[in-house]
Amino acid sequence: MSTTPTSDERLHGAVPTKTTEEKLPQRSRAFLTGTSLLYAILAVIAVIYIGPFLISIATSFKTDANAATDPLSLIPQTWSTAAYTKLFLNSDFPTWFTNSVIVTVFVTAGRVFLNSLAGYALARLDFRGRNIVFAGLIAVMAVPGVVLLIPKFLVINQLGIYDTYAGMIIPLLMDAAGVFIMKNFFESIPSSVEEQARIDGAGTFRTFWSIVLPMARPALITIVILSFQGSWNELSHFIISTQSPDLTVLTKGVASLASGQLSQGTQYPLKLAAAALMTIPVAVVFFLFQKRIMNSSDGAIKE
Amino acid sequence: MTAVTTMPPTPAPAAKKKHRPRDTIAGWLFTAPMLVILGLFLVVPVGMALWVSFSDWTGRGSPFSSNVAFVGMNNYKDLVAGGGLAERDFGTSLRNNAWYVVLVVPIQTIVAIFLAVLVNRKVLKGRGFFRTAFYFPSVTSSVAITVLWLFLFGATGAVNKVLGFLGIHGPNWFQDPSGVVHNILGAFGITQGPTFLTDTNMLGLPLWDWLAGPSVAMSAFIIMAIFTTSGTFMLLFIAALQNLSGEVQEAAVIDGANGWQSFWYVTLPQLRPTVFTVVTLGVIGTWQVFDQIYTGTQGGPGKTTLTPAYLSYTSAFQSQEWGRGAAIAFVLFAIIVFFTLLQRLVLRERPLSRRHRRIYGGPAKGAGK
Repeated sequence: MSTTPTSDERLHGAVPTKTTEEKLPQRSRAFLTGTSLLYAILAVIAVIYIGPFLISIATSFKTDANAATDPLSLIPQTWSTAAYTKLFLNSDFPTWFTNSVIVTVFVTAGRVFLNSLAGYALARLDFRGRNIVFAGLIAVMAVPGVVLLIPKFLVINQLGIYDTYAGMIIPLLMDAAGVFIMKNFFESIPSSVEEQARIDGAGTFRTFWSIVLPMARPALITIVILSFQGSWNELSHFIISTQSPDLTVLTKGVASLASGQLSQGTQYPLKLAAAALMTIPVAVVFFLFQKRIMNSSDGAIKE
Repeated sequence: MTAVTTMPPTPAPAAKKKHRPRDTIAGWLFTAPMLVILGLFLVVPVGMALWVSFSDWTGRGSPFSSNVAFVGMNNYKDLVAGGGLAERDFGTSLRNNAWYVVLVVPIQTIVAIFLAVLVNRKVLKGRGFFRTAFYFPSVTSSVAITVLWLFLFGATGAVNKVLGFLGIHGPNWFQDPSGVVHNILGAFGITQGPTFLTDTNMLGLPLWDWLAGPSVAMSAFIIMAIFTTSGTFMLLFIAALQNLSGEVQEAAVIDGANGWQSFWYVTLPQLRPTVFTVVTLGVIGTWQVFDQIYTGTQGGPGKTTLTPAYLSYTSAFQSQEWGRGAAIAFVLFAIIVFFTLLQRLVLRERPLSRRHRRIYGGPAKGAGK
C-alpha cells in the first residue's frame, strides 16, 4: 500500500502534491499530453463501437458486388436502394414489422399496468402473504430464460394458444424485474398523499389509479423503455410459440434471412438493410430517452 | 433521475402488526394477474418439462397421455454416460460454452471497468457522446448484431480487410472449426497431444479436445458478446463510481499514490460489490447462448459453436427427442445455479471489504446527479 510515500516520492513524483502552485507549467504540459492521449483512446474505442453500425447502413445501399469487393467503405460506389425495394415490395418484411409492432405495443401496455399494480401492492398494501409473494418473485428472477423454452412451448401447446397472438403476447407479460422497479419506486415516494385520499374514503384501486399512478411517471417511462426494448428484440419466445409465416416477427424473420433460407448467394445488402431497419425503432427510443436509460439501469439491478 | 430507483426505501409501515382486511383483499387482487401469468408460464411449465425429461414423449399428442412412458433417469444417463452421439454432442456443447464463459466474463468485466473509468472523469468533453457510443450496441437486438457480424467477419469482410492493412491474413472466421489453443500450440510445432490427454475421454470427448480452446468461429461470437454487453456493465460501474466518495481518492493522491495505485488500491476494492454483480450476471448470461447460434451458425462449423441451450432446442424441436431436450435444459439450469453459488462463495464480501467501506465512507450525497 502506498499510503505512506517516502519523502523521495513526495519530491520527485509526478503526482500533484501540496506544492501544486509552483509546479504548474511543467504539470500542465504533462496534463495536456495525458488529455490528448485520453481523447485519442476514447476516439478509437468509439470508432470500434459505432463503426460497425455505420458500415451496415452504408452496405445496405451498395450493390451485392460492391458489398463483396469493398466491405469497409462508408460510401457506396453506386447508390442502390435495391435492397430496400426488395424488402418492402417483394418479401414478408412488412408483415414481420407489423407483427413486431402489435406484439410490442400489447406487451408494453400490459407490463406497465401489471407491473405497477403488483409493485404498488408489494410496496404499500400490508397484506397477509405479501412476504410469500415477494419471495416467489425473487425465486422467479433466478430462473434462466433459455431453460424455459421447452416448458413454455408445452404449456402454450396445452392451452391451445400455439401460433396465436395470445401465445405470443401473454407469456411475455411476465416481468418480475419490472415489478421490482415499480416496488422500489413506490417505496421511495411519501405515502402521506394517498393516506389522505384513503381517509377521505377513496377505494384502494381509485387511490392507486388517480393519485399514485400519475406520480409514478418517471418509473413508468423506465418500464416502457425496458419492455419496448425487451419485446422488440425478443427471439426465442417467438421461435417456440409460432410457426406460421403470418405470425412471424422481425427477429425471427431476419434470422431466417440470415441463415439464407430465402435467398440465393450472400445478399448482404438485403440482410443488412433488414437489420438496420429493425434497429431503427429501438435506436429512436434510445435517443429519445437517453438520459433516463443511462441512469435507470443502476436502479434495475440493486446491490 | 437516479433518485427514482436508488433512494433508500422508506421504512415500511411495520409498526402495525395487524393486516387490514381491506388491504389483504386488494393486495391479492393487485398481484393476482402477475401471479397467474407467472404460475401459468413459469411454475406449471417447469413442472411439465420435469415430467417430460423423465419420459419418452416424442412430441405427438399430450405428454400426459397414457402411451407416454416413464423412463426414469434414462434421458439424463444418455447425456452423461450414454456413450453415444447424444453424450458426445452434449460434451461438445459444454466444452464450447465453457470456453465462451471463461473468456467473455473476465474480458467484458475488465473492458466495462476500463470504459467506465475513462468516461467518468469530471473534466471530459463529450462525456455523453462517448457513453452513448459505448452503450448503443447493448440496445440493439442480438439478431441484427449477428447479421452484422456475419458480414464483418466474412472471409472477405471488413475485419479481414483491416487485418490485411496490418499485414495479417485473416481466417475465414465463421467457417473455421479449428480451436484457438490448438492453433497456438500448432504454431510451436505441437500438433498432437500427449496420449494421456488423447486417450482419456470425458463426456465422449478426449481431454485433448476439451483443451482445444474456442474455435475461430466461436471466437467471433466471443468478440461479439464483449462488444454488446460491455456497455451495459459500463453503466453499472459508472453508477458505482459516482457513489464513491471523492475524499478517499483525494486523500490517496495527497499521500502520493499515482493514478494506477489509487485505482488499484483505492477505487477497485470499493467496486467489489459491483464486480460481484457484473460477474454473476455475466456468468448467468453467457451460459445461455442461443440467439446468436440460431441466427448465425446453427452450431457449425464442425459443431464448434453448438451450445447446451441450442442443443436443447434442436433435440426437442428438430429431432423430436423431447425428453433429452428437457433433460439438457435442466442440466443447464443446474450448471447455472452451481456457478452462481460457487461465485457467491469465492467472491462474496469479506469482512475486510466491509471495513474498507466503513472507513472510506458511504455514498457521497448528490453524486448520483
